[in-house]
Amino acid sequence: MSKLDSKIPDGALEQKWTSYRSTVPLVNPANKRNLEILVVGSGLAGSSVAATLAEMGYKVKVFCFQDSARRAHSIAAQGGINAAKNYQNDGDSVYRLFYDTIKGGDYRSREANVYRLAEVSGNIIDQCVAQGVPLAREYGGLLSNRSFGGTQVQRTFYAAGQTGQQLLLGAYSALQRQVGLGSIQMYTRHEMLELVTIDGVARGIIARNLITGELEKHFGHAVLLCTGGYGNVFFLSTNAMGSNATAAWKANKKGAFFANPCYTQIHPTCIPVSGDHQSKLTLMSESLRNDGRIWVPKKKEDAEAIRAGKKKARDLAEDDRDYYLERRYPAFGNLVPRDVASRAAKERCDAGFGVNATGQAVFLDFQYNMKEKYGRSEAKKLDIANPTDAQLKELGKNVIKEKYGNLFDMYKQITGVDPYEEPMQIYPAVHYTMGGLWVDYNLMTTVPGLYSLGEANFSDHGANRLGASALMQGLADGYFIIPYTIGAYLNTEVSRMSAEKAKADSIDKLKTQHPAFDEALKNTQAHIDKLLSINGTKSVDHFHKKLGKVMWEKCGMARNANGLKEAIEEIRAIREEFWKDLRVTGTANEYNPELEKAGRVADFLELGELMCMDALQRNESCGGHFREEYQTSEGEAQRDDANYSYVAAWENKGNGQFELHKEILEFKAIKVAQRSYK
Amino acid sequence: MSSGNMNLTLKIWRQKNVSTAGKMVSYQVTDISPDMSFLEMLDVLNEQLIQKNEEPIAFDHDCREGICGMCSLYINGRPHGPGSGITTCQLHMRSFKDGDTIIIEPWRAKAFPVIKDLVVDRSAFDRIIAKGGFISVNTGSAQDANNLPIPKHDADEAFNSAACIGCGACVAACVNSSAMLFVSAKVSQLSLLPQGQPERKQRALDMVHQMDVEGFGSCSNTGACEAECPKGISIENIARLNREYLIASLTEKEPKKGSGDN
Ligand SMILES: Cc1cc2nc3c(=O)[nH]c(=O)nc-3n(C[C@H](O)[C@H](O)[C@H](O)COP(=O)(O)OP(=O)(O)OC[C@H]3O[C@@H](n4cnc5c(N)ncnc54)[C@H](O)[C@@H]3O)c2cc1C
Ligand code: SF4
Ligand code: FES
Repeated sequence: MSKLDSKIPDGALEQKWTSYRSTVPLVNPANKRNLEILVVGSGLAGSSVAATLAEMGYKVKVFCFQDSARRAHSIAAQGGINAAKNYQNDGDSVYRLFYDTIKGGDYRSREANVYRLAEVSGNIIDQCVAQGVPLAREYGGLLSNRSFGGTQVQRTFYAAGQTGQQLLLGAYSALQRQVGLGSIQMYTRHEMLELVTIDGVARGIIARNLITGELEKHFGHAVLLCTGGYGNVFFLSTNAMGSNATAAWKANKKGAFFANPCYTQIHPTCIPVSGDHQSKLTLMSESLRNDGRIWVPKKKEDAEAIRAGKKKARDLAEDDRDYYLERRYPAFGNLVPRDVASRAAKERCDAGFGVNATGQAVFLDFQYNMKEKYGRSEAKKLDIANPTDAQLKELGKNVIKEKYGNLFDMYKQITGVDPYEEPMQIYPAVHYTMGGLWVDYNLMTTVPGLYSLGEANFSDHGANRLGASALMQGLADGYFIIPYTIGAYLNTEVSRMSAEKAKADSIDKLKTQHPAFDEALKNTQAHIDKLLSINGTKSVDHFHKKLGKVMWEKCGMARNANGLKEAIEEIRAIREEFWKDLRVTGTANEYNPELEKAGRVADFLELGELMCMDALQRNESCGGHFREEYQTSEGEAQRDDANYSYVAAWENKGNGQFELHKEILEFKAIKVAQRSYK
Repeated sequence: MSSGNMNLTLKIWRQKNVSTAGKMVSYQVTDISPDMSFLEMLDVLNEQLIQKNEEPIAFDHDCREGICGMCSLYINGRPHGPGSGITTCQLHMRSFKDGDTIIIEPWRAKAFPVIKDLVVDRSAFDRIIAKGGFISVNTGSAQDANNLPIPKHDADEAFNSAACIGCGACVAACVNSSAMLFVSAKVSQLSLLPQGQPERKQRALDMVHQMDVEGFGSCSNTGACEAECPKGISIENIARLNREYLIASLTEKEPKKGSGDN
């Protein structure tokens, strides 16, 4: 019997959420004031849920490790946010968004959750606009849309190349409003280092004040982990430097199952690695694929000449270019989903057609659309009858600048190359983690009272997330889902509280005085002391880079059983060395970034191994998980629905032991098919 | 590919914590590549310091792509260093040459106390936003987004103001340590949009009031903030804030704590 109960409501798919919402027990307003909720994370998921719960009357505390809630990594999202508004009248609908998301995820997500996500997507846009989020508009004053990969409709809302920033600032302002009203207590520069459970129920956290180093105990009737993704296991990724898995990993050790850890998204369009000094990778938004065409030289000798600096992209005639996505996938072309685009780039580069010094890059070229699409239409508007090539380029450049100006500037700043003149060079990089804490329909983990939202949970994207769907999911979870689903649990808390009213040592009276908090604090302190007492010779980064390299090479874009087995051994060895030879400077009782990093990398060293174990047990290819042994004759991912149509949820048994639990996925509304974008 | 050939002298502010006096300390770094970012150059220095068992330099950073507003640094007398329209994390070493001496200090302002080395406390900005940098709309009460058409021009202008990343370079650049550019950007964004109208006057009063409480100086129109702002926030925002404030102080009573409670 599985320990996993996904708690999907009965009824027809279209009715589930509606009937759930109208029947879920409500918490009496007078009781809300007595219920304390801890929100860890202030990204789109954390800020939106904290603001909403505070508006509803709960007492909320929010934690983030940055110096302000506004700096959570959601701020960096560029391209856009999906919603099934059908404002473009191009045939979009809730069902279509649902369908695209399930298909995009390679049929490895839960129907009921995804349908609900599509259902509430429209409300998100309404809410954000009401908050004053300046989304892009058409001249008529209505909202503008663009396309993202894996879809054939225009449903992506955006704010230039800064969509995440604008959405987060909207949620952050709602959060700060509640801070000003005294309904939220904000703890910036605080890092959660432990989950406190009592009799298996989440009751609070231990957080470290990053300025003073002091460990603090915080009590909550519910704990919400909104701590983002774990892409930094790979060292190099598009995540922020501080993005980490610690909160989720500590929760895993306390009983929260970790689902599908091996599903990582490698984004096809990032600025390639330039050297060993590299500390992070920068994304060039997928929205660029609306107007950029991806290609490599057709002939190897041209690729070699370009790598040697003897030829430039411009020197190659149209016929000598291989627009490999358009060639392989005529129906979706440059807009195939990310996993497909990334693998295709790797395939070309591995075959010797890569175009930068390292041979690990392909071109993303805007010349064609700049001139032919935008140049011509602008010329027409201006009644220029026979525009010259230079005129077309100039006119088109202005349009491109308005659409992607900040991305082009960013590219130039980093590479020193002007992308209006030369095509961009791009290569896939680690970007997003579909895996995360297992949650049921209520977004509750396997630990009662512990929830997970946003990228930190595993919920909606299956084995591959479609572009512009993470912002949607984070805000859906925070604004529209948890505020309902948490009521079901908190109601039981209210009953328990009144039943235990007379009890002198009830948790409600003791709160952080409960011995479980002291125990957790003691363990956390011991962990820190241990890190500081190794006194070895190597820095944290040394180990992190080593781990990242193993992960990228053996558990990255392509995996195989042998490589994964090796990776597991290698990671164990790195971990052993870490605990023997790590050097952390400074002390525990001060601002100490090295100590922060050390704790995070210690957790990555365990999670990395689990990712490999998960990849090894999944003897199929699906979405971002590509096992070389399982591919079609055309090199496409080959799923095995008969044996692997399940969510892999890992229970941490301690001492590096894990038990796999399976949640079987049932598809009732959608016919499962081989994914095709041809 | 990797290591380069630049050798540099760095003079860096070291300060143990808020209650200890700080001082400038010199360091040498070698083999710096022009493709490195400025912060990656500091990573190299820190790795070197760790090898020598010395404490690495503390500096704020997170996204390393110019959007979170976490990085700071006053480099050779300029917030976010040489170059315009970029943050420190977007600054690359190709902007320097072999043999250069680079002076690195924290933001200096009374309202931004030093936490350690180059890290300062900018929480005053959060408190200003908490006083009025929002539209009081609870989740769930919004109408359909397209029921409220907004002229593209207004939306674009609001977006330009909303692009502020809250880094504090404007304060660091200003002789008076004024936060007017930061505050005016938020006030402008919301006053340019129809959604922001109901609380428009109170917002201006409350945010300016909090700015004063935090100990930021007043604005004497030197324009240094605009010149150093990595996001090109225009000084026109300040002119707009002044107008908003003037009108508000003529018609509203006085600053009060958060309006529009539920
Ligand atoms: C460069 C980039 C571009 C992207 N572009 C898009 C896009 O265009 N469209 C789209 O839909 N998605 C995009 N994504 C994905 C999307 O931005 C993220 O998945 C999403 O924003 C994650 O939001 P979140 O709230 O779950 O987490 P985050 O925004 O990452 O927030 C995590 C929060 O948790 C806190 N935290 C973490 N650990 C701890 C701890 N131990 N203690 C205390 N606090 C902690 C952090 O301080 C932070 O506040 C992009 C991602 C990247 C990296
Ligand atoms: S106005 Fe400019 S300099 Fe000031 S905080 Fe905003 S982005 Fe930074
Ligand atoms: S580190 Fe985010 S803006 Fe520089």
